[in-house]
Amino acid sequence: MSEMKFKTLVGLEIHAELATASKMFCGCTTTYGGDVNTHCCPICLGLPGTLPVVNKRAIEFAIQTGLAFNAKIAKKSKMDRKNYFYPDLVKAFQISQYDMPLCEHGHVDIETASGKKRIGIERIHIEEDTGKSLHAEDGSSLLDYNRCGVPLIEIVTLPDMSSAEEAGAFLELLKSTLEYIEVSDCKMEQGSLRCDVNVNVVSEDGTVKSNIAEIKNLNSFKAAMKAIEFETKRHIELLERGENTLKETRRWDDAKNETFHMRTKEFVQDYRYFPEPDIVDFEIDADWIERLELELPELPEARKHRFISAYGIPEYDAGVLTSTRQMADYFETLVNSVGDGKLASNWIMTELMRRLKDEGLELGALRFTVEQFAELIAMVKDGTLNQNAAKKVFRRLFEEGGEPKAIVEAEGLVQTSDTGLIKDTVDSVLSANPQSVEDYKNGKDRAFGFLVGQVMKASKGKANPQVVNELLAEALKNL
Amino acid sequence: MAITIKDVEHVAKLARLEFEENEILAFTEKLDAIVGYVEMLNAVDVENVDPTYHVLPVKNRFREDEIQASLERDAVLTNAPDRRGGCFRVPRVVE
Ligand SMILES: [Zn+2]
Repeated sequence: MSEMKFKTLVGLEIHAELATASKMFCGCTTTYGGDVNTHCCPICLGLPGTLPVVNKRAIEFAIQTGLAFNAKIAKKSKMDRKNYFYPDLVKAFQISQYDMPLCEHGHVDIETASGKKRIGIERIHIEEDTGKSLHAEDGSSLLDYNRCGVPLIEIVTLPDMSSAEEAGAFLELLKSTLEYIEVSDCKMEQGSLRCDVNVNVVSEDGTVKSNIAEIKNLNSFKAAMKAIEFETKRHIELLERGENTLKETRRWDDAKNETFHMRTKEFVQDYRYFPEPDIVDFEIDADWIERLELELPELPEARKHRFISAYGIPEYDAGVLTSTRQMADYFETLVNSVGDGKLASNWIMTELMRRLKDEGLELGALRFTVEQFAELIAMVKDGTLNQNAAKKVFRRLFEEGGEPKAIVEAEGLVQTSDTGLIKDTVDSVLSANPQSVEDYKNGKDRAFGFLVGQVMKASKGKANPQVVNELLAEALKNL
Repeated sequence: MAITIKDVEHVAKLARLEFEENEILAFTEKLDAIVGYVEMLNAVDVENVDPTYHVLPVKNRFREDEIQASLERDAVLTNAPDRRGGCFRVPRVVE
């Protein structure tokens, strides 16, 4: 068998529900959940005689998404009918966009271990979501149309990603951007962000390539990445055997960690698109686009660079702190109170994030306010607390909440820099540990650390470590 | 003929419609006549004319993003052929 090298081509199709209050063409709420079939009206049920009226905010959110992804915004656009039969689609057609999407030709730069890479965005269009079908055990399907008519954007990338890692990085960036500009809440577990993957492989000399497989039912970014890895392997194995993949749609099985055949795509799906006769054309002028651009907040990449220069924090930290808008806002509020970017960043990056991760908590669920957190950090800054004592207070804050000052008092944690007091402790530790003193004199530096530890312990952790160091060194010198 | 029997069968299949052979022949003739008639438009020079998607002289008809009351569920399900647990119940469609 010849040793052929292959590269993977990955393109993504992402559907995100827009965070409008009402649906795309009617005033029904978009709130997730609710009793089945209680967010429905004659329009979103597709009853005869009703007419759709476009939600302006949905169009604006789509344009803002385009702007955030450096896309060209169409001057003229329109809605089209996509015709197909499925019970989750009440009208037997979906109002979508075909040949004149709102945004085209965008791009975004991702960063992975293998460096920076630009990923092209082919188009961003707007459409309505479908209802939800639950398959009953008796073989029937039960339909809930609460979601039917919720505005969606579909984002289609070029096949510019060449690994699961790159696709993962793109998806993370996409999600954080949509969250930043507040056009979608991106909750995969609630289906407000969904992703399909197109994969194939091509030999490095370009002579052999597999047919594109589309993977559906990816309920997490991790699943998308695992599916890409699985497919890459499957495609290469088939090509190496002299076979090829089918042009097909496959489904990801999360339990088995593999994809399986769903349907073949021998024919291009014939949706008989035609212009939606009930909705007139859109004309998007430069003023409107400019107004929407002004509404956009600072995007993650720009904010990251500002954090680096304004607060003097490392690039890695700035990247983590700006990965969600919520975290970036939290950091900036904390900095404003603490007045020290590095200190604020260190506390978030170490103590806070570690606990959040361990407990699987979100920032919103914290038991203490950002002001209380700032108060704690201020006590470290002014020397009231040493690092160990501060960590103790943080633990209390995190687990029970409360006022940092009250916790410090209740636990008697105020750091003492009282030289007289510390000196007494140093003396008694030295007389209690003659062997260590002897070791120190014989050049064993480790003995010094041990003695510092003993003094700290004797002071119940309250002594200022710096003062301890100084006094101990002095005492040893004078012995 | 602009429209063939195959076209009619294809469109019928997409629309989930079944026809007898003589019906298909009849539709082929009728559709061919219609499409043939519309094809007269090809004689017009439209080189510098934008496609007309709508004949109405209006554009950008929007509504503000405001919530309005939805229907009561009983009203929603009025036309349901069958229902269960507040849902429309239909035969399962296998993709
Ligand atoms: Zn509605």
